[in-house]
Amino acid sequence: MSTAPRPLPGWVEIGLMPLVNVALAFLLVGLIVELIGADPLQALKLLVLGAVGSSESIGYTLYYATNFIFTGLAVAVAFHAGLFNIGGEGQAYIGGLGCGLAVLALDRYLPGLLTIPLAILASAAFGAAWAAIPAWMQAWRGSHIVITTIMFNFVASALMVYMMVNVLIAPGSMTPQSRGFEASAAVPSMQAALQWFGIAVARSPLNLSLLLALLSSAGVWIFLWHTPWGYGLRTMGHNPEAALYAGTNLKRMTMLAMCLSGALAGGVAVNELLGVHHRLVLDFAAGYGFTGIAVALMGRGHPLGIVLAALLFGALQQGGAELAFEVPAITREMVVVIQGLVILFSGALVHLPRPWLQALFARKG
Amino acid sequence: MQELTSDAAIELRGIDKSFGSVQAVRGVSLRIERGSITGIVGENGAGKSTLMSILYGLYRADAGEIRVEGRPVEMTSPRDAIGRGIGMVHQHFMLVDSFTVLENLILGAEGGPLLAGGLAAARAELARLAQDYGLAVDPDARVSDLSVGEQQRVEILKVLFRGARILILDEPSAVLTPQETNRLLQILRVLRDRGVTVVLITHKLREILSVTDRVIVMRRGEVVAERATSKTSAEELAELMVGRKVRFSFDKAPARTGEPRLVARGLSLVDDRLVRVLDDISFEVRAGEIVGIAGVSGNGQSELLQVLAGIRRPTGGALEVCGRKVDAAHPADPAEMRELGVAHVPEDRLRQGLVPAFLASETSILGYQDREPFCHNYLLDGPAVGKYCAELMDRFDVRPRTPGLLSSSFSGGNQQKLILAREMARHPRLLLVGQPTRGVDIGAIEFIRRELIASRDAGCAVLVVSVELEEILSLADRILVMSGGRIVGEVAAADADERTLGLMMTGARAA
Repeated sequence: MSTAPRPLPGWVEIGLMPLVNVALAFLLVGLIVELIGADPLQALKLLVLGAVGSSESIGYTLYYATNFIFTGLAVAVAFHAGLFNIGGEGQAYIGGLGCGLAVLALDRYLPGLLTIPLAILASAAFGAAWAAIPAWMQAWRGSHIVITTIMFNFVASALMVYMMVNVLIAPGSMTPQSRGFEASAAVPSMQAALQWFGIAVARSPLNLSLLLALLSSAGVWIFLWHTPWGYGLRTMGHNPEAALYAGTNLKRMTMLAMCLSGALAGGVAVNELLGVHHRLVLDFAAGYGFTGIAVALMGRGHPLGIVLAALLFGALQQGGAELAFEVPAITREMVVVIQGLVILFSGALVHLPRPWLQALFARKG
Repeated sequence: MQELTSDAAIELRGIDKSFGSVQAVRGVSLRIERGSITGIVGENGAGKSTLMSILYGLYRADAGEIRVEGRPVEMTSPRDAIGRGIGMVHQHFMLVDSFTVLENLILGAEGGPLLAGGLAAARAELARLAQDYGLAVDPDARVSDLSVGEQQRVEILKVLFRGARILILDEPSAVLTPQETNRLLQILRVLRDRGVTVVLITHKLREILSVTDRVIVMRRGEVVAERATSKTSAEELAELMVGRKVRFSFDKAPARTGEPRLVARGLSLVDDRLVRVLDDISFEVRAGEIVGIAGVSGNGQSELLQVLAGIRRPTGGALEVCGRKVDAAHPADPAEMRELGVAHVPEDRLRQGLVPAFLASETSILGYQDREPFCHNYLLDGPAVGKYCAELMDRFDVRPRTPGLLSSSFSGGNQQKLILAREMARHPRLLLVGQPTRGVDIGAIEFIRRELIASRDAGCAVLVVSVELEEILSLADRILVMSGGRIVGEVAAADADERTLGLMMTGARAA
């Protein structure tokens, strides 16, 4: 005798509800834009065109989306294990340290075909290691992972500043950045890669890391739903007692989930350092780790949903920048407000439209 | 014009209630006499709880009329019901453990911004109620220090304190010992004699027969029969509930026991708070027998099951499971126990035995997910899992037969059958079963017990932990009684009856 209303059809849950959430956010955004004296429809047009209006803007959108896919997947994997990893930011950052160290050590001796995979592995390994410490503290010492991962973001930030200023800074440089990577150690840009096939697109930071992000999405999907470990991980997330009953070692599973999560966050370093900056720099993680939480929530923890949500957030990032550039009334800060509202509606208020949709479909059904 | 029926405390006419496409209650009309005890019986899902929730204002009926003491009423919230003198005692107590009895009593009826006045008034009222109804409870005792039976008395007092003249009790004896249950039934009789109308919802026919004046039987949302208690029998009621003949006792062949599969010697467990929850437990279970562990819930049975299944490691003593020695220094985890041939149907199926958000097919491999034929080359074989689940569902009559449905969509009985199927499918050498039929309807109870006996006859060693004495008595070949973390007695099933077991359970008599 359940009092709960019937569940919504799958396509509503996964497809329609996020769209309703975004629409609600945009409605409120429109109101705010109106209030500050700009034309909401004009702003929307600029936003959309800025995100997907040209091959250059599409390139930027996809470049941002690449980062969001990595951090979204990172949050989702931990979330399926019942762990709230807020440390994607720090894990991506330290992943960059691993990436940079690997390239700086190897790029003058090894060909790019060896350096790049090793650097990718190092990004993942360092990201995983940075997640492993809070995981260990949670599994064996009971420290709450939300608290520790947040704090580790600050530790990561301080550590990177120290490393960049004191250890890895290029000789004679005044800015805290490493020497440039050798050209062989660069992940090819999408422009160059498409050129091989005779397709011409405009220059943008988009590079082949996007493919790595898509492969990672497929890998996460296979791991979570088609391997016994993924099964055990999800069991733990839903119901730790059932996982214990089934013979899963909860401590080891916590380590596995967090290490995977950290490794995925390390993908941001691949995109940013090997694909764009071609040197180790400060602050390249730039909030992607935090936005990843919203991406994972909006994507309902499913890799396909995460890719779609990452595209939306990439478009917002890129279109928002264009909007701020074109309309003086809409400042950079306004764009952050817009993004914040989308995050609010698709994250914290994600279940807001549920009762309405339920009422709608109950009447139909 | 129909006359005002002043002797009816409650009258329902043509009550309908649907949840989505499920009609939970259809066309129910009934009368409950003032100053009587009326029992409502029915299987899980028969609609009795829904009906009472409508009466208590938790749900609104789609159609029909409710009359309380002759007057038609609209119930939109429990507040309305309380205002009309209807009170409900829930199966799970709604008490604040760290509050005193008095503080719990005035919760929601504080009587002003300052507590002092309300507390004093409540103290006087409590003394009056205690005298009138023989419901003595120390008003200054903390609820957490009270026994379960006393806590229930506080719940009843709470309802009376709010001026209830009609008392609804939902499965009140689920957590009580037989002795505490008898005391509760006595209290109900006193309440009736003082003019309170009592409605008792239960699936325990013994209580119905011993205390009620009338019985209403529900099946599939409808009232199928109404009887004067003195003119009916357990057999008739069971048949009416299920809709066919039900056998309560099984013709069990005598046990043919083989080698010991489980030997516990001086087993003990001290938990994190340094409480000794298991104390010097020794027993054995042999192939081909069912050993039952009886006891009031919370006397160490759950912990014992967890130790035996490898979920917790013992802090003292030793176990021998199918030839493998397990002790504090050589623990075995649940996966290893499964390798040894131990299967475990856990007590709390929703928290341990399955994941409500998983598909039934996923639930059907919980604990076996890394074995053939479900997993090869490190990948789960989805179609193989689905096929396996369908086979289990066929064999154990799990309905609906849909492996792709969420586990939470199945009724309690069908969830339990699926878990039992999963654990029995691999022909375990030792089968541990906790509360085999808790929250399971009568038809499924019969099926599950039959399967357990069949597995015993096939040579499996079976250990059953249950708080239902009737269940232990009908299944077990030997009965161990637990109290306070110790085994306080052992009885052969043939020599056991509810009274002696009940006394042992309270620790009053050691055998």
